[in-house]
Amino acid sequence: MINLRVGDQAKDVANVDQRDGGAILATTHLSFWYAKFLAIEDVSIEMPDRKITAIIGPSGCGKSTFLRCFNRMNELIPGTRIEGDVMFRGTNVNDRSVDPVEIRRQVGMVFQKPNPFPKSIYDNVAYGPRVNRYQGSMDEIVETSLRRAALWDEVKDDLKKSGLALSGGQQQRLCIARALAVQPEVLLMDEPCSALDPIATTRIEDLMRELREDLSIVIVTHNMQQAARVSDRTAFFTLGEAGAGVLVEHDETQRIFTTPSDDRTEAYITGRFG
Amino acid sequence: MTVGDPTMVSNSGHAQARTRRRVFGVMFYALTIGSTVLGIVLLAALLIDVFADGVNQVDAHFLTSYPSRFPDQSGLRSALLGTLWMLGLTAILAFPIGVGAAIYLEEYAPANWVTRFIQLNIANLAGVPSVVYGLLGLGLFVRWFSLGRSILAGSMTMSLLILPLIIVASRESIRAVPDSLREGAFALGATRWQMVRRTVVPAAAGGILTGTILALARAVGETAPLITIGALTYIAFDPQGPMDLFTVLPIQIFNWVSLPQKDFAYLAAGGICVLLMVLLIANSLAVFLRYRMQRRLQ
Repeated sequence: MINLRVGDQAKDVANVDQRDGGAILATTHLSFWYAKFLAIEDVSIEMPDRKITAIIGPSGCGKSTFLRCFNRMNELIPGTRIEGDVMFRGTNVNDRSVDPVEIRRQVGMVFQKPNPFPKSIYDNVAYGPRVNRYQGSMDEIVETSLRRAALWDEVKDDLKKSGLALSGGQQQRLCIARALAVQPEVLLMDEPCSALDPIATTRIEDLMRELREDLSIVIVTHNMQQAARVSDRTAFFTLGEAGAGVLVEHDETQRIFTTPSDDRTEAYITGRFG
Repeated sequence: MTVGDPTMVSNSGHAQARTRRRVFGVMFYALTIGSTVLGIVLLAALLIDVFADGVNQVDAHFLTSYPSRFPDQSGLRSALLGTLWMLGLTAILAFPIGVGAAIYLEEYAPANWVTRFIQLNIANLAGVPSVVYGLLGLGLFVRWFSLGRSILAGSMTMSLLILPLIIVASRESIRAVPDSLREGAFALGATRWQMVRRTVVPAAAGGILTGTILALARAVGETAPLITIGALTYIAFDPQGPMDLFTVLPIQIFNWVSLPQKDFAYLAAGGICVLLMVLLIANSLAVFLRYRMQRRLQ
């Protein structure tokens, strides 16, 4: 390949350097403001590669805001401000030289409410590859992505059907397939099961365990059982004294749920607040 | 009712309130039905009256002949062609500018007081009397740009007139596209332009097209601005290009109505039938497009 784009080059170098199970995402002293409102304060954390990291905590403690720092979605909201570093594979994602469009291709996202485009199933999955000028076979990447999202068998005869005609759980798996189609290294999931019934939730959780083989997942969840079931590591956020979200602790999921080191974590997971 | 029995007192009080509420409910219901029926009956009466007078006039000869001072030889060929020319040119001019402005205001413009000021004033422009646009067109396009009393000058004037309508309708339609779709597009690595072109515009297309067609229908029916710029003329030839003199259906109708002979009044009624037909076709097209877009999206 001669005409390698700058983004790809950087990625390849990063692959050599860091594909050893080290931290894929990290923040140092990260604070975030919506206008004058401090939403998260001084969060420093490292998230390991090819693991599932769950972020738990009471409502309004900035979990989603924190998640959206990694693919720079927050900057679409006017009047926000960020301080501290957000690192993806050793690159500061907020650096001037970094194109948010490229970051978002490598760090995919699945939202709380399934949001398929009002297009066919095929066009939903092909959306990402198309906007990123994917050169390979479109049919192939659509099929692969739908298979990885465990949706292929249900929709393979009906790819022309509208994505909105699917059930809620299928729509969310379509959104996962859509995110996978741009071959991200990280998948950010913002309460992906909160709008789904228990059976659909189980399917998504099974899917997450399979995807962990190839990519890193960060999931924000309200559901502590879900965090305990699927995640390798858990980070617990809560509201600090100043009314901003703070990171209390993060550790192996098993430790957080059995022997947390902070009283607030224990109070939360045993259901004494939140 | 025994004095000193609180339950009885409060119960009867509630019963009264209930009766009164029911009466109000029925009255309001009757009022809304009355308004609807009144509107429909008046409109129907008007249409029946016009069609009774005019529908016999509408035949091949009427549509293909030039106006004449003999009523039985007169037709509205040049006016119909002028209307179609103006409709087409106005669409070409106003649609891209209007939709472009709406996209800018909704998707690109920073949320500050300048944007709010512009938005407010576009809404105000939609309420400016059309004759004012006519005067503007006369001064700007006819005189200053030296376009003369041409179809182009008329179309540009009409474009000014309907631009606010197109912008307002398109903005409403664009704003109705849920933000979750925009976020979904951005999260897949789309640029703002790709997000607009592949997600927002297709999702808003039904509303944008409907708004544009209804605005064009308004342009077809407008008379005052075109009289102001000088399209009130006798035209006995087919317009060949955008720089030709022209007249349009409403002006031809106005012309016939102002003549004293009774027969011309029938011709005017016939002209109204043709004009209504053009508008009806445009509106059906709008309904059809919206229906098709919505079906494609679901």
